[in-house]
This record gives sequence, structure tokens and C-alpha cells, in this order.
Amino acid sequence: MQSEMIKRAKELLASGEVARVVGWKAGEFDYDITPGVFTTAEELDSAFLYNDLCEANLSKYMIAQSRKEGKTLVFLKPCDTYSFSQLLKEHRILRENVYVIGVPCDGKVDVDTVKATGLTGICSMTSDGETVTVKTLYGDSTMSKADAMSERCINCKSKKHVVYDELLGEEGDVVADNHRFDMVEKIEAMTPDERFEFWRNELSRCIRCNACRNVCPACSCEKCVFDNEQSGAFNKGASDSFEENMFHIIRAFHVAGRCTDCGECSRVCPQNIPLHLLNRKFIKDINELYGEYQAGENADERAPLNTFTTEDVEPSIVYERGGKQ
Amino acid sequence: MFTLPVSKLNDLFAAVASTRKLYLPVDDEASGHAEYKVWHEGVTLSNALNTARSAKDFFFPQTENLVDFKMEGKTIEVIDTRTESEDFVVFGVRACDARSFDILDRVFLAEPVDSYYKNRREHGVIVTLACTRPEETCFCTVFGIDPTNPAGDVSGWIAGENLYLSANTEKGEAFLSSVSKLLAESDDEAVKAQQAEVKEILKKLPLGSLDLTPFKPENLLKLFDSKRWKDLSEACLGCGSCTFVCPTCQCYDIRDFDTGHGIKRYRCWDSCMYSDFTRMAHGNPRLTQVERFRQRFMHKLVYYPSNNEGIYSCVGCGRCLAKCPISMNIAKVIKALGEEA
Ligand code: SF4
Ligand code: SF4
Ligand code: SF4
Ligand code: SF4
Ligand code: SF4
Repeated sequence: MQSEMIKRAKELLASGEVARVVGWKAGEFDYDITPGVFTTAEELDSAFLYNDLCEANLSKYMIAQSRKEGKTLVFLKPCDTYSFSQLLKEHRILRENVYVIGVPCDGKVDVDTVKATGLTGICSMTSDGETVTVKTLYGDSTMSKADAMSERCINCKSKKHVVYDELLGEEGDVVADNHRFDMVEKIEAMTPDERFEFWRNELSRCIRCNACRNVCPACSCEKCVFDNEQSGAFNKGASDSFEENMFHIIRAFHVAGRCTDCGECSRVCPQNIPLHLLNRKFIKDINELYGEYQAGENADERAPLNTFTTEDVEPSIVYERGGKQ
Repeated sequence: MFTLPVSKLNDLFAAVASTRKLYLPVDDEASGHAEYKVWHEGVTLSNALNTARSAKDFFFPQTENLVDFKMEGKTIEVIDTRTESEDFVVFGVRACDARSFDILDRVFLAEPVDSYYKNRREHGVIVTLACTRPEETCFCTVFGIDPTNPAGDVSGWIAGENLYLSANTEKGEAFLSSVSKLLAESDDEAVKAQQAEVKEILKKLPLGSLDLTPFKPENLLKLFDSKRWKDLSEACLGCGSCTFVCPTCQCYDIRDFDTGHGIKRYRCWDSCMYSDFTRMAHGNPRLTQVERFRQRFMHKLVYYPSNNEGIYSCVGCGRCLAKCPISMNIAKVIKALGEEA
């Protein structure tokens, strides 16, 4: 796939159809891949990469790249196309300045997942699609790819690209029988006190580094309320647990109905906070209260939280579902 | 040198904790990381190489209240809320983090002295632990740090079934004498053997040969004007994770929080990666992420050493390598700019 992609990128650059290419750049240890912009065939040959370790979702970069002179070619995995399409819906990307090539994905290998198995000193990590070979300072080992994937890929919601100009490889389908709400159900089954305890335990580790917010394709405000001194919610560091919770609750509410469940927030969190569970709770609630809805699936359809219908649930649903009066 | 069987570690911790707070790296189940936590009966020392958050929090916490103001009519009452004069011990600090304190000292203990930082430094005893299983992201050796011989008030090694301790400062001597009942005198054979063994591993570290020679004051403008900053910073999210996990990043902001009936003046970590960093009346002097990104690496590799006898303000702990969401980091910057210089 990588060589096909480089070939197409070179052709489009050479014909002048696109001015630059956004893809993934090789790092030091196989797993430390950086999103990169390529403008020449030489750059593509020397550093362009696409393999089982390219985890980053490149769609958000298109907000800035689509405002540059000339068209930008971007390679998007199936789940990334949902983010891209949602950004189109929000008028954040200039569609006419982007050339999207959809590329297949059968799950990405995640270095943190591999590290969690106890391996340390990982100098190299390669996948042949079935088996992952890990070379460390302390010896080599192999594991099945399924054991090296993060939760978001194990519970992949779709192998289908919802927007593209061109597709490479076989097109896939929506994965209907994934288990992405299992953990949400477990948390729902907790008592309010247990649930509060669960989230305090997670959120108390937050260092307010903003990685989750800055990577999130749904977080594309020109100036975030937390960075805006005039907003009344300015907050560079959480001074107590209330503020620690607040940042996450506000962020989760603000991306509700727009979060495509791309999983980038949890992937990048340096403190391993399972942020996706907050978003999935909203997704699950929207599904239950307004009918099945997948953000990003359809750029033209109106979103349930932005549409009023007489069938909408009443606020009293909170009590019916067991909330406190 | 003194020794204590590892099986008696709990007695040592209990003895220390009976007189002051003891912090040590503990495995956190939810995150799968090690983090510093307060010791109490039942808490055990982590085997992880290092903690996710660095040890700088002990002296330079992420947020701290400096002073409160209370307004009544035309009078303002200034309320001192300082709490930083409690004695404490941090056990299990690695060599890189131990060196980071020297770097922070040069900033916070220079005139005008930061009394909040100074108080904490004076009240804290650092007991280090030598590393035995470095990660691929470790490159402390590039900065002349020997992970098998960590600094601190007391240096420590766990070799075989024993912990070995050796004091480096007066504070360290006092600490060891306060627990002398538990310790026995020992030679340093086991420590030496372990050091020789680990040094073989250090030779194999993939980033152990990073070349810092281009990063010198004479090259300041050349490095500043490098064409590489643009492509290196192109994907940077400006999130600041790299600064917040870094043991040597020292920038902070001071803010007032209006509680409705008074003001809480606090400081919190800041990051040169942020759009409002060093903002002045006309805005941020670093207009785009390229300049902000450049600041972080120029500060660590050129400005700080220019002002501090050539000492770099990176200790090679590797945290930013492991944590940057886009896997861009100081090691890649050193390589890229080095190729050019
Ligand atoms: S990425 Fe993690 S640590 Fe950083 S602000 Fe988000 S939740 Fe907090
Ligand atoms: S909140 Fe997380 S999962 Fe949802 S769009 Fe943002 S990064 Fe993706
Ligand atoms: S270098 Fe990485 S961690 Fe630092 S601000 Fe940029 S994206 Fe965030
Ligand atoms: S710049 Fe990175 S490697 Fe250097 S001290 Fe900071 S976190 Fe550690
Ligand atoms: S200027 Fe940037 S790199 Fe330097 S200490 Fe401050 S935050 Fe860290």
C-alpha cells in the first residue's frame, strides 16, 4: 500500500494537481511516527510511511492546510474520514482545496498497548499484518497483532470511507457488532458514588497538558474558552478537583453530537485517562434518546442536538432514568 | 556505604514516615504508570523505570496559591497562605530527575530568590535510586549524567537482595543517621558490579550517541535561523504536553482568581508552546507555532547553556519522547539541526 500511495502522491505533485501531501513520517524507533507535509518526490521517497503503526488522524490538519495556496492531498483512514466529514459539516475545511485519498486500515498497532504487556526498551516494532515483532534492549519477542492493538481499533466502528476523491485498496463496511459501549454500560451500572469515585480516580491524574483538546478534530474553536481571559472560564491549570472535573465535563459537552469517536483523545493522553468513555456515554445517550446517529457519517444530514422535533425527549427523562430530583 | 536487605524496605519506609511525609514511586493501577505517592502501611515501591510525572512537582508544583487578598470597603487584607515548610523525603528519584533540580535551582535560587521554591528545597531530602533497566528513550548519558551513580542527598542502589545507601550532603548524613538503627555498614562490591553491568546496557542505548557539539552559544543565530524549524514544527499541536512532563521546564504564569469575596493569587505551569505565553500588550511576540516550537528547543539547547556555563536544560529523561502526541521531540530536533550545522 505504501508504495502505491507514494506513486499516486508523486503523480499528483508532478501534474500540479496538488501542491503538497499530508501523510506520515518515519521516526527513530518505527513506532514514533510524525504527521508530516511533503512537497517533493525526494521527500516522499526518504520519509513517507504507511503501515500498521500509522495511528494519527490527519483530518484536523486540513483546517490549516486547506487555507494554503494550491490543493493539499491527504491520506485518510476510514475512521479519519468521519472526522473530516464532520469538519466539513462545521465549515472548518475548504473542501475544494483538499484532495482526499482513502486508504484501507485493518487496525493499528499501538506502542502503549505493547508497553502495557511489560515490554521495555522497545527499539523496533514491525507488523506483517498478523504478527508484531518487537525488538528491545533486553531481547526480542513476537505477539499477535490483535494483542498489540488499542481498544479503539479492536472496537473499530467502520472500515468504510465516508468521503474521498479516490480510494486505494478495497472498500470496507460499517462494523455494526463492535463492543464500544460495553465499558459505558459498566459505568452506568455503578452507583452514583462509585461512578464519581471512578471518574475522580481517572481525572485526578490530569496534568492539563491540553493534548486531548488540541488533537481533537471536534475541538476546532479559534480560541478555546479555557484560553480566553474574557470567557470567565479561563483556566491554565486546575487549582482543585472541581476545576479538574470541569475542564473535562465542559469539553465532553461541547463535543457531544460532534465527536465521531475517533479515539484520538485517549490515544494521546499522557496520563492514560480513558476520555473516550465520556464521549461514548453521550453517543450512546443520543442513540437511545434520538435514534441511531453517527457523527461525521453524513455531512448533509442535520444533527439531532441541533434539530428540534416534537418527538424529542423531555428534560424529565433524567428522573425517569433514575437521576435525583 | 550502608546497607539494608530489600525485605526490610518496609521498616525503613515506616521509620521515615513516622517523622515526616515520605513520597515514593508507586504503581497506579488505573493508568498503568508509576507516580509519586505518599507512603503509608501497605504501599510498595514500584519497579518501573521512572514516574510519568517528573519529580519537579515537589519543589515547583503545577499550581500553588501564593497569597490571598480580602477586600472590605477601602481596605485590602493580605493573607499569607504559605504551606511549603513541611519536612519531606522523596525516595527513588532517578539520576535524570536528580539533575533536573540543579537546573531548576539555577533559575529559582538565583536573585531574586523564589522563596516558595527555596523553602521546599530546604525541607526536602532526596534519596535517589540507580537505574538498572534504561528505556530506549533514555539519553541522560548525552548530558554527562551517570544513571548508575545518581546524585541527590543520598544515593541509592538496589542490587540483588539489598539496598545500598550513601550520603552526599549534610542533609543526607542526617537522614541516614535518623534511620541508622536499620542500617549496617557495607563495602561497595555489589554496587560496583551492578554499575559495570548496567554500563554495558548504556552503551547500546540508541540515542546515546546524540551529538550536542553544534549547540553552543556561537551558533545561536545560525540555529535560530535554521530552515528546519518549519518542517519540524509543522505538525506540532501546541498542546504543551512536552513542557508539562518535562522535569526541567520552569516557566509559570501568575494569575488572580476572583472568588467573589476576595482574590486568590496563584501560579501555574506555563508553556512556551502556548499562544498566550509571555503575552504583552500587543500580543504574543512569537506569532506562530514555528516560533513557539523553536523557543522550546533553543531555550533548552542554546539559551540556557549560554547563561549557565554550558549546562543544557534537558536531562534526557525521555518523557517528552514517550508523550508527545505527534512523536516530535528534542532528540529529533538535535538530529535534524545537527545534520545541518
Ligand atoms: S491529554 Fe490527558 S492529561 Fe492532558 S489535558 Fe487531556 S486528559 Fe489531561
Ligand atoms: S472527543 Fe476524542 S474521539 Fe471525539 S472527536 Fe475528539 S478526539 Fe475524537
Ligand atoms: S512538540 Fe508535541 S507535546 Fe510539544 S506542543 Fe508540540 S505536539 Fe504537543
Ligand atoms: S526535554 Fe524531554 S528528554 Fe529533555 S528533560 Fe525535558 S522531558 Fe526529558
Ligand atoms: S521557555 Fe519553554 S522550554 Fe524553556 S523552560 Fe519555559 S516552557 Fe520550558
